[in-house]
Amino acid sequence: MTQTISNPAGKSVPRVDAFEKVTGAAKYVDDMAFGPGLLYGKIVHSPVAHALIKRIDTSKALALPGVKAVVTGQDNPTHLGLYLKDRYIFAYDRVRYVGESVAGVVAISEEIAEAAAKLVEVEYELLEPVFDPYAGAQPGAPLLHPDLGKYEVVNFIFPEPGTNISEHFKLRKGDVSDAGVSDAVWAQCAAIVEETYTMPQIQHAPLETHVAVARWDLDGQITVWAASQSPFAQRDLLSNSLGVPHGNIRVISPYVGGGFGGKAGISIEANVALMAQAVKGRPVKVRMTREEEFVATNVRQSLVSKFKIGCDAKGNLLAMDVAYYFGGGAYNDYGVNIARAAGYSCTGPYDVPHVKGDSYCVYTNHPIGSAMRGFGMPEIHWGIEQVMDKLAEEIGMDAADFKRRNCVRTGDIISTGMTMPQIDLVTCIDKVTEAIGWKDLTGFPKPVRSGNKLRGKGLAIMWKAPAMPPNPGSSAIVRFNEDATVNVYVGGQELGQGAFTVAAQMAAEALGVPYEWVRVSANPVDTKYSPYEWQTVASRLTWSMGNAVKAAAEDARGKILDIVAQYWHEDPADLDIKNGVVISYKSEREQPLQKMVVYGLPNENFEGWQGGPIVGSGKFMPTYVTGLDPETGQGARAVVHYTVGAQAVEIEVDTETGQMDVLKIASAYDVGKAINPDLVMTQIEGGAVHGMSSAFEGLRFDAQGKPLNGNFVDYKIATAPDAPREIHGDIVETPLEDGPWGARGVGEHVMVPTAPAIANALYAATGIRFNDLPLSAEKVFRALHPAGPELSCALPR
Amino acid sequence: MYHEITLTINGEGYTLAVQSHHTLLKVLREQLGITSPKMGCGNGECGACTILMNGLAVNSCQVLAPEADGATIETVEGLSKDGKLHPLQQAFIDHNAVQCGFCTPGMLMSARALLDRTPHPTEDEIRYALVGNLCRCTGYTRIVEAIQDVAGQSDS
Repeated sequence: MTQTISNPAGKSVPRVDAFEKVTGAAKYVDDMAFGPGLLYGKIVHSPVAHALIKRIDTSKALALPGVKAVVTGQDNPTHLGLYLKDRYIFAYDRVRYVGESVAGVVAISEEIAEAAAKLVEVEYELLEPVFDPYAGAQPGAPLLHPDLGKYEVVNFIFPEPGTNISEHFKLRKGDVSDAGVSDAVWAQCAAIVEETYTMPQIQHAPLETHVAVARWDLDGQITVWAASQSPFAQRDLLSNSLGVPHGNIRVISPYVGGGFGGKAGISIEANVALMAQAVKGRPVKVRMTREEEFVATNVRQSLVSKFKIGCDAKGNLLAMDVAYYFGGGAYNDYGVNIARAAGYSCTGPYDVPHVKGDSYCVYTNHPIGSAMRGFGMPEIHWGIEQVMDKLAEEIGMDAADFKRRNCVRTGDIISTGMTMPQIDLVTCIDKVTEAIGWKDLTGFPKPVRSGNKLRGKGLAIMWKAPAMPPNPGSSAIVRFNEDATVNVYVGGQELGQGAFTVAAQMAAEALGVPYEWVRVSANPVDTKYSPYEWQTVASRLTWSMGNAVKAAAEDARGKILDIVAQYWHEDPADLDIKNGVVISYKSEREQPLQKMVVYGLPNENFEGWQGGPIVGSGKFMPTYVTGLDPETGQGARAVVHYTVGAQAVEIEVDTETGQMDVLKIASAYDVGKAINPDLVMTQIEGGAVHGMSSAFEGLRFDAQGKPLNGNFVDYKIATAPDAPREIHGDIVETPLEDGPWGARGVGEHVMVPTAPAIANALYAATGIRFNDLPLSAEKVFRALHPAGPELSCALPR
Repeated sequence: MYHEITLTINGEGYTLAVQSHHTLLKVLREQLGITSPKMGCGNGECGACTILMNGLAVNSCQVLAPEADGATIETVEGLSKDGKLHPLQQAFIDHNAVQCGFCTPGMLMSARALLDRTPHPTEDEIRYALVGNLCRCTGYTRIVEAIQDVAGQSDS
């Protein structure tokens, strides 16, 4: 303990997990050893998008030497799901996408499991598929889930049985009816923009694919080792689905090699548990291949978004009529809440007096649309942020000024009726426009041409609230050792975002001990020993888990001060802990924490002792989120808070190839308080490039719903040469009233405005609007050359 | 079918019986417990399994184990010497070039191979040397800065 960092909250201290990760010592599920008794599982996937299962014959697979079991939907036909229990663990009577789990083979080696999987015979009767969410939401569309009305659902999700709509969120504010904003309001508008925007499903593409190992013991105990953002939620879902008590299920999750939402909720873990049930006592391992990861785990939903937005001549937004059709894929157990989040945040970060919003989650015969970084917000901002630019242009106003004028501010009553907690979006806009050099000498961003290269700048702003049930809980434990080092126990997961580091900083800050004294005991997260954490999602850990860590540290600190106060015959209110030493402001006495935090302190003349091992516990759960009226979306408090920010980009387009380079990204986010400013910057940088990748690539399917690009050759994510050379970040700090030291999350937010900022820059460069993602070079080239390419030399005949 | 191969891994000699169809990645991870090279795709697309084989950065998922007979293999487990981190490892920590950490071992080995052949690379040379190593977390900025830092140190 030579170097010491005291009061680390707000300082860019080193990550607690970096040393393990650069030395290869960090363990991920696939690195764990299970001994020679380990069995290997392989999942049999549906080759068709929509069909009834007429027959499954597993006899040939079972006859293969080395095969221990084959599991199908017949073995456990119960439903599973986070918000809406709409799926079987293995398909039961019907398949709804190419890649759906139909059977699970367990064998003594990977090779035998793979060979046996090919021997499982399934007879399908094809049904008409639905791929487009807008078409799928119309009356008469083929139904994917005829039993939708029978599924168990939470009380804030509203499926429409007899349709493919698994969630319909309605927002009504001002002079509106179900038909839309009133004609009287539209008549006041000087400019009205009506547009439709679309985007395909995309994949999280973490470097680590889903891996799960399960062992079902003969006494009924189940242990699952999983690459998971949600060990506790998975335990809960497994318990409900399998009818096994929570206490008999243990989910263990070591480091996760990237999640981005794809490892939230539940994916293959229940399948592997059922495969393990068939071979009780032996662990079974399933590691998804990259191709399986792309199409048979989770993806981000597709979206068709329809806008009609109007403003007056001064640039004040007056009316907004929006409809979002999320392509939720085959099962929407998690995705329904994405459509809900898009519904209550449907205006984007704007103050609009008259709003009619409808947000639908629609079943389609594509992979399962689930949580992904941004949770509905990147999807809706893709259109919102382009429409705002078009409105600004129509009335002759600079887009940045238009956004400054209309964006939400602290204390505004936003469209759900909630009062906006502390934010400063205007400063975020100011920061990024300055960093990107928004205005040239004429006062407007202008394209620059150089040879066959065109440059342009674009801006987009955003908001996002943590989208959760009203009451997701966090808890933490702080435990002192003899030398006053401290172990902090949390159940949140380290996905790379720095959650463990921030937990250590907060504990040290609240306890009054140096940062180096704190150890985070959370790897692996183990539901048997770790304190409860709902899920590592929604950018909620710094805020929610942080509040729990702070509470646990304050509990421990209070116990220490009570002991020392009694020892000194002083008032605990006069004492403090500074740099690991209890001090009295009154008597100026000092008591080091070493030893006393375990052994206590003697009474005078050694007549007995007081104190003992110090353990502090703390929890946090938001208690103030209210329900919303199902017909209007109105309520006192829709969400806990919002994080806001702005993104400006400069791009260069090659007019001869359509290829785009993102030269610079400037970001500014209001994080309330940066507990670790450099880690905030790394989230800004990584999120910007992740957002850029989402602008340029998407999943592609053939006309029968077969995926075409489930690999890194055909589905391109940014490489080091693709990434912008310059990523500028600004941190804005408007403290949040219920955040630890004022902090709120920022993990997802940079993902949100990047794609529309690029589209706005592309328009500035070329004068062409692109409403449909991805912005492929081919699409841009074709738009630049509507009559076909002008060939610069004659081709030989 | 089994082959007997002899190779050096992180300075230690091994004689192993390996199956014809097993990759070097599988042998390292499952036969020897050297788990820093990761399985990210199995197709040579992501670089998470990058190791040095006779001084060159290769995707160990694309090398059949019998092909490694006689080779000298280096992985992240062998980067630190005498309890001291390799400068690249230290720079990755100092620059916060690590997030989830899954690509990190492969990144470090590609960076090591680059600096071995080009001690003072330009930013372009660094970025293109990493083109086969995907990272979904960092946006690459800090990784490039960390490598630049180490290349700059060797200047003096």
